[in-house]
Amino acid sequence: METTWYLVLSAFIFAIGVSGVISRRNPLVVLLCLELMLNAGNLALVAFSRMHGGEAGQVFALIVMVIAACEVVIGLGIIVAMYRNRLPIDIDEMSELRG
Amino acid sequence: MSATSYGWLVLAFPLAGTLIIAFGWRVLPGRVPGWIATSAIFLAFLSSIGALLDLLDRSEEERQLVDTAWTYASTGNFKVGLEILVDPLSVFMCLVVSGVSFLIHLYSVAYMGGDRGYARYFAYLNFFVFSMLLLVLAGNFVILIIGWAFVGAASYLLISFWYRRQTAVAAGIKAFVINVIGDVGLVIAAFLILDNVGSLDFLPVFQTAHDHFATNDSTIVWACLMLLVGAFAKSAQLPLHTWLPDAMEGPTPVSALIHAATMVTAGVYLIARMHPLFELAPTAADIGAILGCATLLFAGTVALVVTDLKRVIAYSTISQIGYMVMGVSMAAYSAGLFHLMTHAFFKALLFMGAGSVIGAMAGIQDMDRMGGFRRAMPFTFVTFAIGALARAGFPGTSGWFSKDEILAFAFNRGGWYAVLGVLGYVGAFLTAFYSFRMVFRVFYGNAVPEAVELESGHVAHGEPMNPMTGEPEDTDVGFPGPEHHVAERAWPMKAAMGPLALLAIVGGYVAIPGVDNVIANFLEPVFADSPLAQDEPSTGAEWLGLVIGGAISIVGIGLAWTIYLRRPGTTARLVERYPWAHRFLEHKWYFDEAYGALFVRPFATFGSFGRRVIETDFVQGTIVGGATGVVRVSTSFARAIQTGYLRAYALLLLVGVAGLTLYFLINSS
Repeated sequence: METTWYLVLSAFIFAIGVSGVISRRNPLVVLLCLELMLNAGNLALVAFSRMHGGEAGQVFALIVMVIAACEVVIGLGIIVAMYRNRLPIDIDEMSELRG
Repeated sequence: MSATSYGWLVLAFPLAGTLIIAFGWRVLPGRVPGWIATSAIFLAFLSSIGALLDLLDRSEEERQLVDTAWTYASTGNFKVGLEILVDPLSVFMCLVVSGVSFLIHLYSVAYMGGDRGYARYFAYLNFFVFSMLLLVLAGNFVILIIGWAFVGAASYLLISFWYRRQTAVAAGIKAFVINVIGDVGLVIAAFLILDNVGSLDFLPVFQTAHDHFATNDSTIVWACLMLLVGAFAKSAQLPLHTWLPDAMEGPTPVSALIHAATMVTAGVYLIARMHPLFELAPTAADIGAILGCATLLFAGTVALVVTDLKRVIAYSTISQIGYMVMGVSMAAYSAGLFHLMTHAFFKALLFMGAGSVIGAMAGIQDMDRMGGFRRAMPFTFVTFAIGALARAGFPGTSGWFSKDEILAFAFNRGGWYAVLGVLGYVGAFLTAFYSFRMVFRVFYGNAVPEAVELESGHVAHGEPMNPMTGEPEDTDVGFPGPEHHVAERAWPMKAAMGPLALLAIVGGYVAIPGVDNVIANFLEPVFADSPLAQDEPSTGAEWLGLVIGGAISIVGIGLAWTIYLRRPGTTARLVERYPWAHRFLEHKWYFDEAYGALFVRPFATFGSFGRRVIETDFVQGTIVGGATGVVRVSTSFARAIQTGYLRAYALLLLVGVAGLTLYFLINSS
């Protein structure tokens, strides 16, 4: 199979992730979409790795998974903290950085 | 141990007392802070005696010792260090200051017993004494100025001690501001001397001053006038005297400390210490003598009509300091310092007696309300009368010897100095009169209810109120407690007043003309270089002066007796007949009003103008408002991007990355 298919699939998944991050207000969904974007990147890395016959891309994919796990831990931690403080679970409500 | 080691100890004990009480007040129970403070000053007094004994062991030429703990700054030939000068003059001052302060501390232990700020009071009191000792032991102008400023700060803290009392806070500020005027004078004088002589250490300056200045050179005259500004502000001489009567807002022992041992004597000490400079600037010294003489007359006349017991004593202090300033400005150094010592004894005693009477009156200070305390308070009466006799210069008391020695010097100088001497005798007459006006009005006459109550064995109690305004006071914070103390019932007060009463009588016997002259002989090495000081009046002239002074004193006391006891009501007739004179004196020659119109009100107007126009409109409105406006307008675009929405940032990031990627892709093809 050609690598192009994998890359197209990866681009689709990445676009789904981006549109989710930009359009959704529930932080849980935003986190899920971030995961989608990361895994789309993973898919592209693995596809290129297979095309070139090297292992570097696969190692990168493993590292990205670890990073993604860490990021989810922090993200869920923030969401739990918001819940504990009885803040609305809505990222548009957290707009204190407005200039 | 050498004299300088004792000198450091003199400074160390009160400082240690201050620090222990200031940091340990939480854990020190009851009257312990008072006893710590008292023993600290007592140890300082013992150290002063140690320094005295060490000096006496040395030959007269070797009695000026300088010791430097460390050097602050050293450039070229110029250096400034933490330096003390131990010589007969500073040891004499240390003895007077620490000795009288010790007794005042002892008195305070009982007198301040019920006060909420007991520990705070003693921490301040020890700091006050430390500052004064630093001032008199200073070996150069820098340390002198430090001690000088410390004394001003400590007086501010103690005058405003009852800080919930509006009048006390105002009085503290007034004292501080006028003292700072004096500090500025002293700093300018030190600068003029440094500029011309190139040194700030006392001994080199005094030894080389005549190489740098011709007699009555305008620079040295200005330097000495600036020194006089400093001295007059601290010593409450005309025209910088207005703070001292107001300083009566502090607790009574504080008044005793300010008036007897510390603070007001600093100006006299300064002039005596700087005598080599003043002798190079006779013009400045003459101005000092004239102003001292004017002050003693002014304060004497005001003391005739003031009805506040403590303020009468305050004006008498101004008047007595006038004698000292006149004396030391006329080169009667040892006579002026002798009067400083005897005055310290009887003035501390008078204030302690007044404190006891005020305690019996439950805080009331108005003499119009007092009377007939003689039987109720025998101890206070006797000691107070002794103090008044000594102040009046009654024959045989200490004030008789010391005051007339100054006047004898004035007549000996001759010329117009003799006029000052005659005016001094006029002042002595006033002193005798108002001293016994006080005694007769407080202790004689019909017994007031408070006195009757005390006779039946119970100290009167009144609602706490401000003695000046009569307003009721908040006793929760920073105010005298509900207790009042009289000397008859508190042994520390008795123990403090007894020795002072004794000293007020016998203190003068150290310098009986023709018999002995302990003070002058001891101070001789300090003033040995002064030709004017060697020209002493003959024994016969001094005795003649003593006889005249004694006669004047007896006449003054007799007049007071006639007016207040034999024919009561005379004063009311006098007031009716000369209302303008009474009003003039009652308003203290309108000094406060004049200063209010000349300085205070214009500055207050300017200040409110500045706040209203300069601060609000110009600074806040134009400068600050303009600057923020410019920034706000110029950043409006950047601020608009910062929406605070997470997805907006994500979108911007995406657009940016996509844009950059496209740019590089297009460029690379």
